Amino acid sequence: MELRSNVPEGPIERKWEKHRFEMKLVNPANKRKHTILMVGSGLAGASAAASLAELGYNVKCYCYQDSPRRAHSIAAQGGINAAKNYQNDGDSVFRLFYDTVKGGDYRSREGNVYRLAELSVEIIDQCVAQGVPFAREYGGLLANRSFGGAQVSRTFYARGQTGQQLLLGAYQALERQIGLGKVEMFSRHEMLDLVLVDGRARGIVTRDMVTGEIESHAGDAVVLGTGGYGNVFYLATYAKGANATAIWRAYKKGAAFANPCFTQIHPTCIPVTGEHQSKLTLMSESLRNDGRIWVPKKARDPRPPNQIPEEDRDYYLERQYPSFGNLVPRDVASRAAKRVADEGRGVGPGGFGVYLDFADAIKRLGANVIGEKYGNLFEMYERITAENPYQVPMRIYPAIHYTMGGLWVDYNLMSTVPGLHVIGEANFSDHGANRLGASALMQGLADGYFVMPYTVGHYLASNKIEKLATDHSAFRQAEAAVADRVRSLLGIGGQRSVDSFHRELGRIMWEYCGMARNQGGLETALEKIPALREQFWREAKVPGENEELNQSLEKAGRVADFLELAELICLDALERRESCGGHFREEFQTPDGEARRDDENFCHVAAWEYAGQGQKPIRHVEPLSFEYVHPSQRSYK
Amino acid sequence: MNLTLHVWRQKNAAARGRFVTYPASDVSPDMSFLEMLDVVNEALIAGGEDPIAFDHDCREGICGTCGMMIDGQAHGPRRATTACQLHMRTYRDGDEITIEPWRADAFPVVKDLVVDRSAFDRIVAAGGFITARTGSAPDGNAVPVPKAAADLAMDAAACIGCGACVAACPNASAMLFTAAKVSHLGLLPQGQPERHTRVRGMVAQMDAEGFGTCTNHFECEAACPKSISVRFIARMNRDYLVATLADRGEPASAEGGTG
Amino acid sequence: MSANAIPTPLRLNRTTGRTSSFLASSIGRKVVMALTGLVLFGYVVVHMLGNLQIYLGPAALNAYAVKLRAMPALLWGVRVLLFASAVLHVWAAVSLTRANVAARGIGYRERRNRESTYASRTMRWSGVILLLFIVYHLLHLTLGTVHPGFVPGDVYHNVVRGFQMGIAPFFYVLAMLALGLHMYHGVWSLMQTVGLSHPRYDRLRYAFAAFITALVVLGNLSFPIAVMTGLLKDRSSSRAATAARR
Ligand SMILES: Cc1cc2nc3c(=O)[nH]c(=O)nc-3n(C[C@H](O)[C@H](O)[C@H](O)COP(=O)(O)OP(=O)(O)OC[C@H]3O[C@@H](n4cnc5c(N)ncnc54)[C@H](O)[C@@H]3O)c2cc1C
Ligand code: HEM
Ligand code: FES
Repeated sequence: MELRSNVPEGPIERKWEKHRFEMKLVNPANKRKHTILMVGSGLAGASAAASLAELGYNVKCYCYQDSPRRAHSIAAQGGINAAKNYQNDGDSVFRLFYDTVKGGDYRSREGNVYRLAELSVEIIDQCVAQGVPFAREYGGLLANRSFGGAQVSRTFYARGQTGQQLLLGAYQALERQIGLGKVEMFSRHEMLDLVLVDGRARGIVTRDMVTGEIESHAGDAVVLGTGGYGNVFYLATYAKGANATAIWRAYKKGAAFANPCFTQIHPTCIPVTGEHQSKLTLMSESLRNDGRIWVPKKARDPRPPNQIPEEDRDYYLERQYPSFGNLVPRDVASRAAKRVADEGRGVGPGGFGVYLDFADAIKRLGANVIGEKYGNLFEMYERITAENPYQVPMRIYPAIHYTMGGLWVDYNLMSTVPGLHVIGEANFSDHGANRLGASALMQGLADGYFVMPYTVGHYLASNKIEKLATDHSAFRQAEAAVADRVRSLLGIGGQRSVDSFHRELGRIMWEYCGMARNQGGLETALEKIPALREQFWREAKVPGENEELNQSLEKAGRVADFLELAELICLDALERRESCGGHFREEFQTPDGEARRDDENFCHVAAWEYAGQGQKPIRHVEPLSFEYVHPSQRSYK
Repeated sequence: MNLTLHVWRQKNAAARGRFVTYPASDVSPDMSFLEMLDVVNEALIAGGEDPIAFDHDCREGICGTCGMMIDGQAHGPRRATTACQLHMRTYRDGDEITIEPWRADAFPVVKDLVVDRSAFDRIVAAGGFITARTGSAPDGNAVPVPKAAADLAMDAAACIGCGACVAACPNASAMLFTAAKVSHLGLLPQGQPERHTRVRGMVAQMDAEGFGTCTNHFECEAACPKSISVRFIARMNRDYLVATLADRGEPASAEGGTG
Repeated sequence: MSANAIPTPLRLNRTTGRTSSFLASSIGRKVVMALTGLVLFGYVVVHMLGNLQIYLGPAALNAYAVKLRAMPALLWGVRVLLFASAVLHVWAAVSLTRANVAARGIGYRERRNRESTYASRTMRWSGVILLLFIVYHLLHLTLGTVHPGFVPGDVYHNVVRGFQMGIAPFFYVLAMLALGLHMYHGVWSLMQTVGLSHPRYDRLRYAFAAFITALVVLGNLSFPIAVMTGLLKDRSSSRAATAARR
């Protein structure tokens, strides 16, 4: 397998422009002869589907929810970055590019990241034109805030519902195309396989989640925008239905999987309350702008927070990172929380929590101001915990939140399977080993609105793509394989619920491949996961039948894939013998406990190729070179 | 605590449904309502029964997927709270809870508590957008938007499309949903060119879907997990009137080219 | 469950006319109901105020009646307007109610209301009572068909005599309660329906509705009460009647 990044030659600020000129165009009259299958309707998928349809292509779009408007992009709270420099505070495309490469701990591709920063500017224009109600200043111009420790205010936001508003903008554009008949929407349809003909991605097989019908769809190109795979950890900030099935099926059909071990842990989530917990809720990172994080100095201090005097509190982030304090990047803040919890100084039930305290901010600014800024987050917190953050400090703890890894793509966002494009969180492209706050929304929309319309066209124009119908034998085979798999899931005939397996898998992953990893732990996980998988296929119980809405069956299929993917994640984590970004190997740290990169041996993307059932996958390497941003040790001291 | 649930069970759209009673034992007050149902389902699966189907995804009150009638109230008794954010500390040991799907002919039951809300998507497709072809946008700050208008538009745009307004309305009307989108877009300068066609198109589609009409009970606002105001309904009525009066007929080639 | 292309608003408009699409739409019919309701309420208010002249004695009231009759164009204009309004109002009410009932074929086993009022939930019943009452009222005091001692032209006599007898006053009181409910919800509801809403003044809508309703209902109720308590007596009616006839 050859990993050709296809990043154009030339100075970085001219690459995309040059490439746009060099790409081939599809004749306007021919566009409607091409069908593009867009799997996913999140920010990436909806924006791509709408934009491609506007150009005249026939688009079919798929999502597993009952409406495209519900994709998990909707849950993003904080905001979206763009190098507009509306605040005149020194921002620029280059600075956003620089910050993103550095924030990603030098494990991303410079060319891609620069394009992302460039396109960020157009995204805001596009969204404003669609009616996204971004926050405004009194003069009517767009407001910004600084987010996730950035030194400039470049984050655009719509209250605490930025993802929702951006998604609704894209969804509305998509619905318009559906109304015009240019997009055919398949809600409650889950993609269960990718179909290759002559080595190219030519279709998918889906299951209609209401009737159980297994259907084939043929197209000239396939685009996956199916989101991240963080639910492999069971407890995560993802939607319950978020899954890896689409990308995992594509992986098994030949698409390389890049950097699977790069997962992000978000420091400010509401802690777990018990075994029944089904997911974790994120509290926007913006809270760290005014909240102070602390734990008691003494281990297992039984006093309630309000009775712990100042001198018995350890504001550990402010102490360890005086210049960034509570605003250190996510990975740093998360690991620091884990360290104090490991020392027995965690708070709340089970000791898996730290305080995020607003008392000082309320004293300084007044409860009103704090309420205005964070009112809806405080309410959300209170609804879940029954504690009032105006009076008692919040309790927070890190949780799995984002996956930087994903299917490997080149500069055109095409995977190693010709014709298969991957966008949004599902690909690995732009965030390296750690994603900065407010940049996933940016990436999803850049991919969907501004990259797909060009590069898909280029692919279609530069390849001769034969006409193809779903009666081709490749579809027949894929359908049979999917039906077979459904049958075997329903036929396992054990006694244990699928959820209990998922929970157990999550525990293994969190313990051995979570915030801190080491060789021994990963090797243990690599023994436990296959054993659990085997047990799953023997002892799981999947009630009901295929020909109905069967949520147990849906879950079973997803968990079966997670059980395979988990192994790849651990394998990748084991092989990457360095610490970088969200991947922290305990063996590789500086004397004061920070991540130590190994640029000599690991300044590359690891892309895994499926080698067949029971075979160890093959690790390929795409070397990374840095011409513009020179790798240095990240320091937030 | 231990509870008794009376749950609507219906195998599929065509089947007849009925209420079935289930115990929910060892419920922790920290559980969400849906986590309580998860526990009940685990027991059903263990006992060889079909688990209760209910829609959900984000479980943090933003995607609008969850939704059920809990003791005669959409999303249950807590104001401004979706079912997934309703916590069991609202209940006492021994309580009996009746759980039903959203009831509206425009939202046919798919299975148990799951309904088909695609009518909402079609209402949006009938005009709930601003036509802004990708790539054609002017600079984001080219058109200032008064803060008050932007804030009000955001209030309307907060709708999560869960359908609680329809479920709670004695007439199963979708006015609040439709009005929220009409208002969100109609309040912004970018939304002006299509303001009249938008409101007429969306209302026509809303009617065609078989929703009821508004008789100003305001149950919708009370049930809305995002507390969207019925003032937006008045605003839509106004827009609709103006659109009808102002409409001078459409030019013959209104859709020229894009189709 | 895949959504298909749907006709866009523009295509819809070209085939149907503006008025018919307005009247076919739910909001259009609501507006018809609101505007016709406004006409009817307006009449009810004026009617009540005019009737207050009963307290000035038979001569004043009967003279008022004569004055009205002297302007047949106005009288018939108003009657036609009222009749048309009533017909349109009932048409809109019936068609919308049918749509609303059809919109929820299967109801809830349990339902708890939070925001709606008794008045809002009983509009269709208070409306039906009003319709029956209007018919009765016309037969009773306008045509005299169901009146025990109707003297054409002697309005004062007809009212006082009409309220002294049998179930008439009770039906009248019942109708006024229905009117009160219908009017309270109807008055502010019609403002909402035609889009009169403003955060600062919305609360005033309720106060205004309550005030105008109380005014009309109390005014109207005072007549049978005054008769039954003997405050209004059927004095000198025949003389006034002959005067009126001349
Ligand atoms: C709680 C939370 C808060 C966040 N906050 C921020 C923030 O403030 N700023 C920021 O920049 N980023 C934020 N992120 C990250 C960001 O929201 C996501 O990375 C991004 O929205 C992903 O978009 P997407 O389009 O790639 O995928 P998604 O929005 O997840 O969409 C995936 C789509 O694929 C479909 N799909 C999935 N699997 C299948 C299948 N097998 N078959 C058919 N369809 C399928 C789904 O139905 C869905 O339509 C946040 C994430 C979370 C979880
Ligand atoms: C003749 C029998 C009548 C019937 C069947 C009837 C029925 C109704 C119904 C069903 C409604 C809508 C319910 C609602 O908005 O909640 C309504 C509203 C209304 N009715 Fe009547 N009504 C009748 C008579 C009257 C009369 C006599 C008046 C005036 C005196 C009147 C004034 C109104 C008004 C103002 C509204 C409010 C319209 C709106 O909501 O915008 N109605 N009526
Ligand atoms: S599950 Fe998303 S709103 Fe309840």
